[in-house]
Amino acid sequence: MEPVISLTKVTAELGSRPVLRGVDLAVHRGEVVALLGANGSGKSTAIRTIIGQVPLSGGSVEIFGTPRRRFRDWGRVGYVPQRTTAAGGVPATIREVVSSGRLSRTRFGILRRADREAVDRAIEAVGLADRAKDSVDALSGGQHQRVLIARALAADPELLIMDEPMAGVDIESQEILAATLREQVSAGASVLLVLHELGPLEPLIDRAVVLRDGCVVHDGPPPRAVGQHALPGHDHVHPHTAAEPVRTGLLS
Amino acid sequence: MMELLNSPFMQRALIAAVLVGITAPAVGIYLVQRRQALMGDGIGHVAMTGVGLGFLLSTSPVWMATLVSVLGAVTMELIRWYGKTRGDIALAMLFYGGMAGGVLFINLAPGGSTANLNSYLFGSLSTVSQSDVWAIGLLAAFVLAVTVGLRRQLFAVSQDEEFARVTGLPVRALNLLTAVTAAVTVTVAMRVVGLLLVSALMVVPVAAAQQLSRSFALTFAIAVAIGVTVTLSGTVVTYYEDVPPGAVIVLFTIAIFIILTGLATPLAKRRARARAAAPAEGECGLDVPAAAKPQAGEVTA
Repeated sequence: MEPVISLTKVTAELGSRPVLRGVDLAVHRGEVVALLGANGSGKSTAIRTIIGQVPLSGGSVEIFGTPRRRFRDWGRVGYVPQRTTAAGGVPATIREVVSSGRLSRTRFGILRRADREAVDRAIEAVGLADRAKDSVDALSGGQHQRVLIARALAADPELLIMDEPMAGVDIESQEILAATLREQVSAGASVLLVLHELGPLEPLIDRAVVLRDGCVVHDGPPPRAVGQHALPGHDHVHPHTAAEPVRTGLLS
Repeated sequence: MMELLNSPFMQRALIAAVLVGITAPAVGIYLVQRRQALMGDGIGHVAMTGVGLGFLLSTSPVWMATLVSVLGAVTMELIRWYGKTRGDIALAMLFYGGMAGGVLFINLAPGGSTANLNSYLFGSLSTVSQSDVWAIGLLAAFVLAVTVGLRRQLFAVSQDEEFARVTGLPVRALNLLTAVTAAVTVTVAMRVVGLLLVSALMVVPVAAAQQLSRSFALTFAIAVAIGVTVTLSGTVVTYYEDVPPGAVIVLFTIAIFIILTGLATPLAKRRARARAAAPAEGECGLDVPAAAKPQAGEVTA
């Protein structure tokens, strides 16, 4: 089966520091792949080479079988950048921010009725329908993350690429995000997501790829939780991840 | 009042004022959104070289300033892409080089002196000619076509550049277009508010509008309304008092900002209180029932 994302011997540098040193990674249709690794292992850089934010110094990236440079069909891809806020320098409502996720499906940025309905569906999916007209400035960290995910869903993508969607997210939002993702997956979406730890998404994940120092060191079933993380009732919630580095003991 | 409207120079001045009042905040909102509020100020400095060149070469200072400030804005954008390290130093050189060039060229021009620069630095409505009005009208039409016609694209790019790239938007082209549009706006506003004060008219109405609004669309509308209000009233003041219009307009804008901030503070407090009163966010309580707490007597026992 043709992979929806395929990285072959990808190398990349940030400044003069090699960050990826020959990464091979494939995501197949309908698959949920978690990209794991400690801080600085190259997870985010790997994601950012896929979307073209970080240039490759070697190897190749294909999206839906097309080399990334020639790929134009961005409406099929939903992207959630690593970010703690959805706000910019000017107030904007949830609907305004989510609407920009629909631009990839429009011509000249004109939103038709079907587009507006897709935007409403995306806001509904993350449980913010009653707040669509509120400013994103008034939201909590977890709600910001839900807005960013709704923005990615607005294009009705077949492939979701998410960079740490659970960072700094409260329990309620984590559960909503897990449910949203479950729905997307059962509808046939493929997902590649960077995670610090598996957490509440664990049951959804088909395969885990672990990076260390820019190399793939594990590609297969998700690693089993060990130590206190394996105890029943341990909820994997680290609500202050945005402010302090988390040592989970799982991977570092 | 009628006398004011019958004067041909006042008619030209009022037309120019309205166009500037609309265009400056219309571009400024995107600069504020991408947190480059002072970009207009930088372009204003660079445009001084254009004005100086216009005098030196005896061509129209408005068109020459447009050309030079567009080049300057594109250079700034290129520095932002490629020279991430020490970009601020490169920008500083561009700003002050632009200002120095303006002063140099205008003094080299036959019969020119720094005094000629004054009307461009702080605005001078009495010198707005018929051809200036045409130039301003044409440039303002371009600015409006971009800022309103491409509002969704510019919103997306200014809100989150990385995400915009993944929606397939031509991010670099849109960034360049924003820079060029900002440069054109600076030269549109040059005769009314002046190069040194134009940035205030791009930024302060937007900041004032934010006090009242929760959405981008409404912020845009209020900012433009504020812009037109202050440029028109500033122009009328200069009819009665011989003062540079730029100074009056900027002070009016800041006054509106202060008034709106004063009005908005109780509003924001009320909203916060309404949110706090919402269910599920009530008072804190202990999970352990109160009866389990040790009694005061037991502690001492």
